[in-house]
Amino acid sequence: MTEKVLMKGNEALAEAALRAGCRHFFGYPITPQTEVAAYMAKRMPKISGTYLQAESEIAAINMVLGASAAGVRAMTSSSSPGISLKSEGLSYLAGCDLPAVVVNIQRGGPGLGGIRPSQSDYFQATRSGGHGDFHLIVLAPDTVQEMFDLTIEAFELADQYRMTAMILGDGMLGQVMEPVDISREGTVSTVAKQWALTGTKGTRKKNIINSLYLNEEELEMLNFKRFEKYAEVEKIARTEEYFIDDADVIVVAYGICARIAKNAIDEARKKGIKAGLIRPVTLWPFPKLQLKAAAAKAKAFIVVEMSMGQMIEDVELSIRCSRPVDLCNRTGGMVPTPDEVLAAIEKAARAERS
Amino acid sequence: MTIVFERPKALTDVPMHYCPGCTHGIIHRLVAEVLDELDLVEKAIGVAPVGCAVMNYDYFECDMAQAAHGRAPAVATGIKRANPANIVFTYQGDGDLAAIGTNETVHAAARGENITIIFVNNAIYGMTGGQMAPTTIPGQITQTSPYGRDTKTAGFPLKICEMLATLDGTAYAERVSADGVKNVVNAKKAIKKAFEYQMAGRGFSIVEVLSTCPTNWGLEPVEALGWLRQNLIPYYPLGVYKDKEASR
Ligand SMILES: Cc1ncc(C[n+]2csc(CCOP(=O)(O)OP(=O)(O)O)c2C)c(N)n1
Ligand code: SF4
Repeated sequence: MTEKVLMKGNEALAEAALRAGCRHFFGYPITPQTEVAAYMAKRMPKISGTYLQAESEIAAINMVLGASAAGVRAMTSSSSPGISLKSEGLSYLAGCDLPAVVVNIQRGGPGLGGIRPSQSDYFQATRSGGHGDFHLIVLAPDTVQEMFDLTIEAFELADQYRMTAMILGDGMLGQVMEPVDISREGTVSTVAKQWALTGTKGTRKKNIINSLYLNEEELEMLNFKRFEKYAEVEKIARTEEYFIDDADVIVVAYGICARIAKNAIDEARKKGIKAGLIRPVTLWPFPKLQLKAAAAKAKAFIVVEMSMGQMIEDVELSIRCSRPVDLCNRTGGMVPTPDEVLAAIEKAARAERS
Repeated sequence: MTIVFERPKALTDVPMHYCPGCTHGIIHRLVAEVLDELDLVEKAIGVAPVGCAVMNYDYFECDMAQAAHGRAPAVATGIKRANPANIVFTYQGDGDLAAIGTNETVHAAARGENITIIFVNNAIYGMTGGQMAPTTIPGQITQTSPYGRDTKTAGFPLKICEMLATLDGTAYAERVSADGVKNVVNAKKAIKKAFEYQMAGRGFSIVEVLSTCPTNWGLEPVEALGWLRQNLIPYYPLGVYKDKEASR
């Protein structure tokens, strides 16, 4: 039997973390992700877990690093300005090959920006989580149900690949309430953590969690090895596709923008325009192959995003600029309307015909 | 043949990289002897700083993590919260603990985090080649205070034990020195007490150890010990600044 309950996106995400066996949450207040922390603060003490309100996002991510090094599933959540502070920790987590789950419920930027929903941290999440050569796994939910499901998956991927998995949401997904099935339980500790710091207990040699390698040849080798792992991770790239089989115009959008785009696509189809949607569910790895395949049939692409145009670069790269790619965007906390997206689809369809 | 002096079990056989006459090595030995005596080697998890002691994850025989600059108390917090049965300590220099990591240090103390910090105060940034530290004393010449630390522009040093003693979460704070037999013996006692407090679950414990940096002070090892006695000890008086048990 499925238990469907009405929950905010942020709460569903927090509940998912608990169901995934996460008992260590380190946070710092920031709008619009505060419900995650509030939920954890309420639930953790009841299940012998740790909710710790850190002194800063820097401290919080380093506490996650410590807890993860000690072998448990650990998590932190924040919003854009807080993620900037976490970038040091993200780099160290990568350098130490530690699993972690980090949530970014994005808001408008740069600087203090605003508190309304945004997708302008795409580059930060997919390109430059911090200094050095590394990647995060970046998952982009588009419903409250996916806030739940992808969070459970994030913990599993993080453990499997010893990487940070980031949930890249936005203020709207965090705040919206929808019915959600929360019956799924995570599979805890499928991967034995022999590397974890638990004290040697006299049964093994000491473990070291470290990212310092002063020998440049050794450091280069380690980076090569880590990127071999990333090549494996590329295989998890995933999309949701909507009416793309016969589509002339393909909209590419993630998160809340994908839902808005679906409405616009329905309207366009009513008007006889063959429009479809590709929604990247993983932003890193980016679903390059899926887009390349779509470019073989479609005539034009439109990227809908709440930024000045960030994911559009990945779309153009994936299809090697073989088709025109338009940008339909709002930013700073503004959300595109279905009408704006419909207008962009109609324009692309007209350009295609002429 | 009876062995009269040997390496503590808590130290590995890896040669330390510290400069001749640097008292970092003595402090490592003291921590290791305490881990041996309290039978903690198999239970302890240490956190190395960024600074001259960055590679001490190779020197201690227990599980070790290496933290970002200043973040060792946060990393130790995460470890301790995950595995409360382990004994968790950090080993940090003054730049690491009292400049970039002040926030993490103060709040770990304020939370009464049940960890132990070994704080090595040599009044200078050793590893980066001798720049002014938060603990550089007024008038002290360093690479970035070439005319001596001028308190009008560079302000005053941080007195960490005095500061942390004001916090209710601090269970134990003592300042000791790594010069000379008497002080070294006292330093070991303090380190032992700090670990015992953690074992008893009493909360945050810190031992500040005044230490030499002959290389960046520009002094011979013996001169450096003299400079420490004449300049650092008067500015940073030794003693117990907080002892929750004693004040009961
Ligand atoms: C974020 C960051 N900033 C700066 C540095 C460079 N750095 C390395 S060691 C160090 C100073 C360490 O001095 P201290 O903590 O006093 O320890 P000591 O070397 O004297 O033992 C600095 C600034 C760094 N590694 N990371
Ligand atoms: S630079 Fe100073 S603190 Fe560092 S090892 Fe040498 S003497 Fe010791």
